[in-house]
Amino acid sequence: MKDPETPPVVAPLPSGSQPSYETGALRLALGLAPGRPFNLGTLLSDRLCEQGHGGRLALVWENHGGLRKDFTFDDLRRYSDVWAATLADLGIVAGDRVCLFLDRVPDLYFAFLGILKLGAVAQPLFSQFMADALEVRLADADTRAVITTARHVEKVRSVRARLPGLAWVILTDVKPGAAPVLGAGETAMNAESAPARAFTPFPASDDSPSLLHYTSGTTGRPKGAQHVHGSVLSQFATTRHVLDLRPEDVYWCTADPGWVTGTSYGIIGPWAVGATQAVFEAGFSAPRWYDFIARHRVTVFYTAPTAIRMLMKSPPPAAEQLVSLRHMCSVGEPLNPAAVLWAEKTMGRPFYDTYWQTETGAIMISNVPGLPIKPGSMGKPVPGIEAAILDAQTHRPITTPGAAGLLAFRPPWPSMFRGYFKAEQTYKGKFVGGYYLTGDRGSVDGDGYYWFVGRDDDVINTAGHLVGPFEVESALLRHPAVAESAAVSKPDPTYGEVVKSFIVLRPGHPGSDELKLDIMNFVRKHLSPLAMPHAIDFVDKLPKTRSGKILRRMLRAQEWGEPVGDLSSLDD
Amino acid sequence: MPDDQQIAQTILDYITREYADALQGAPIDANTPLISSGLIDSLSMVSLKMFLDQTYCVRIPDAEASAEAFDSASALVTLLRRLGVK
Repeated sequence: MKDPETPPVVAPLPSGSQPSYETGALRLALGLAPGRPFNLGTLLSDRLCEQGHGGRLALVWENHGGLRKDFTFDDLRRYSDVWAATLADLGIVAGDRVCLFLDRVPDLYFAFLGILKLGAVAQPLFSQFMADALEVRLADADTRAVITTARHVEKVRSVRARLPGLAWVILTDVKPGAAPVLGAGETAMNAESAPARAFTPFPASDDSPSLLHYTSGTTGRPKGAQHVHGSVLSQFATTRHVLDLRPEDVYWCTADPGWVTGTSYGIIGPWAVGATQAVFEAGFSAPRWYDFIARHRVTVFYTAPTAIRMLMKSPPPAAEQLVSLRHMCSVGEPLNPAAVLWAEKTMGRPFYDTYWQTETGAIMISNVPGLPIKPGSMGKPVPGIEAAILDAQTHRPITTPGAAGLLAFRPPWPSMFRGYFKAEQTYKGKFVGGYYLTGDRGSVDGDGYYWFVGRDDDVINTAGHLVGPFEVESALLRHPAVAESAAVSKPDPTYGEVVKSFIVLRPGHPGSDELKLDIMNFVRKHLSPLAMPHAIDFVDKLPKTRSGKILRRMLRAQEWGEPVGDLSSLDD
Repeated sequence: MPDDQQIAQTILDYITREYADALQGAPIDANTPLISSGLIDSLSMVSLKMFLDQTYCVRIPDAEASAEAFDSASALVTLLRRLGVK
């Protein structure tokens, strides 16, 4: 029985009011004294325990095989302390990068909090990344430790010799005496089977590094967007306001924590609110997703347009399966009007589209409860966020309703990224004229609603994840038949965009459908399924400028049926 | 004319060979869930679809290329038969 004096999980909101986005009010709502430093890992686990809420259900985890495990906030505290103490034993110190290369197993969540408690930097990576994609990101971050499982460890082992800074590989699923045998510099750790350990958390400040999320750009290798402990203020505010999440909710975010949605709103936001998270460690299946919502009585659902479009292709749910749902949101790519309308008809309520990026750390523009939805619009800036559409040449705000320009935000905000790891000039280049440039183009209508127009660069947004053309082209060049290549986006009815490659073959390699399939699989096996070209054209030559730069925008425009623009720099 | 079992085996051989990194030695049979289990990412369906198109001289319509239809070798056999593969 809860003590009647036990404080609420978060301060209740006055009826009918919007949550404040003022940082002082947010800190008070989280029980933080003004100016008092806090550790994000502690805030997400120990705080509720110390307030008498340790017995609340924090995580309901289920895998494809039907195994279910429930964890309370007391469990989060205990298991994250074990991880923090174990990492400290291994010599990991504050500031070190620790990679989470895991499927959505419980230890992913415990280790994430433990890394933060230690003051180290969590570097989550999508477990479907293959060896080349993994190596690039571990090398750039000079990662000290990788936490993984037997399913993925061979990918780590295959690149480890070229990663001198990597001191430890930690496997979470080694059973005593069972394969795989641990090699040099490898150890085993599973929080649920380890004895309890006490741990004094690192005294973090708002600006202490917390997370390193890799994202792709047009040129060069992926960049590590650096986030901080204080980002929780933005994530907490938007989780309450946009996701409308309350402590009594059961919340399901389908994003993998290898991507920023999976950490900002798959770990940090919901546990800052004190809600129960449901995690389904499985792939896509419409019947099983509906069944998961029904059995766990999910009340708030956050997913991606690609998943929604895959649901649209599948048999609809039974009416009684979704009765628990009261709010649904979407993120990652523009939510097409058809998906909004389908959801209203089939799921009984609309999806609220949200817009943000790895770099922004939290939702910036959104449809929110109480604001009428214009299907296809990303909504309006959340309180405290100043958005603008800028002229591409002058970088001054465009005031004409409906005119397209560069989508930008006025810094700072609490969850704003604080740098690209070891790429200061690239970071500085994202800020022009007092604005952060998103790299997206958009417009704002006369009612203040924002509309997505497209990317302002060559980055490909497939299934809500950014793929850099340079990384794809680099992988293609390693295929023995490929002499030159260009990767661009191509519209796709399910994934929004997919990768299309234009390839010049080496002499002696005639083009064929079999070769196309071989090249597709080559990229998938070296980078990831996301980066795999869905279409390939063999061409005699690629369009280039006189200085030899590939004119990707010309190829992209052809794919999208858009004007190719100024071609005065085109060679020949 | 291959029977259902032969088609399923051809698909399983291809998956075992081309998706070895994803499977990591996990045994699969004709009824093993591939997409819904997370063994294979749904984005990988595209290359599997191309393999089936080439091998069985069909063109699987995008509308038919659902996660459910691609979730196992046996489900794929059903799909191919429905599309007229003899």
